[in-house]
Amino acid sequence: MKVEVVVLPRRGILDPQGKTISEALGNTGFSGVSSVRAGKFFELEIEAESAAQAKEAGAEMARTLLANPVTEDFRVLIPSE
Amino acid sequence: MKVSVLVFPGSNCDQDCRHVCEKVFGCSVEMVWHRETKLPPTDLVVIPGGFSYGDYLRAGAIARFAPIMAAVQEHAENGGLVFGICNGFQILLEAGMLPGAMRMNKDRRFICKDIHLKVENHESAFSSAIPEGKTLKVPIAHHEGNWVASEETYQRVIDQGQILFRYATAEGELTPESNPNGSMGNVAGLINSQGNVLGMMPHPERASETELGITDGSYIFESILQNFNQRASSIVS
Repeated sequence: MKVEVVVLPRRGILDPQGKTISEALGNTGFSGVSSVRAGKFFELEIEAESAAQAKEAGAEMARTLLANPVTEDFRVLIPSE
Repeated sequence: MKVSVLVFPGSNCDQDCRHVCEKVFGCSVEMVWHRETKLPPTDLVVIPGGFSYGDYLRAGAIARFAPIMAAVQEHAENGGLVFGICNGFQILLEAGMLPGAMRMNKDRRFICKDIHLKVENHESAFSSAIPEGKTLKVPIAHHEGNWVASEETYQRVIDQGQILFRYATAEGELTPESNPNGSMGNVAGLINSQGNVLGMMPHPERASETELGITDGSYIFESILQNFNQRASSIVS
């Protein structure tokens, strides 16, 4: 089952990449972008008996390895195709 | 003193660490591959700098799960000394053996230069040989040295005297300009609450020999050795 995990820097923590990208968007002519957070996207194929089980497995992987809880937040999604 | 230097795929400062411990300070050194599950008889574990696992995911994020790390945790729990340098510091943070986390340097560049450190705590096993008021000139070479913690954690770390080194001017003043990477409170090196685990971003192993023209790093190794010898002789007598 496909599980998607998105990891983003926590709000309030300086995100140098997000800030740079936000400035670059401004310089490229896009106004009205008030903030950018740049993070990571993981697409996992997990063996699971249900979407709920797959989602929980993904969350456990995020808590253990994929995200650093001091500086990052994550969300887990089951993509509906 | 018996030293074990860990080697992960991608570590590149392990030989410098071995050289300083063995040739400069006369310790017996074993290189320990990440796949080992036991440490040889060890007094000091050194976790060297480099790019373990290519810094994939986050610097140190994968190394912290290497087979050898359980033995390193146990060694620390039993009061053994652990010294993480640069990537070693990052690994200790990811492993939760030191508080806080690392972010990318605030100016988004890899920085390679000599900096100065103010010593905040002269009582630890890693700093007792450093003369009062001396700032240490040592090199840094990193892209993710921007240490951060929650306000709560930062306050606790201050209250418990866990901050060992802060980036400063040569005169020991804490200024924003002297902070190369934006780390919170100019923090460059921390110990754990027990005082037996040190993590620092600068490279003292590159600054411990007169031939290199930069020697302040040797104070840290001297402190470790002095404290070890004192403990050893008090056990014997």
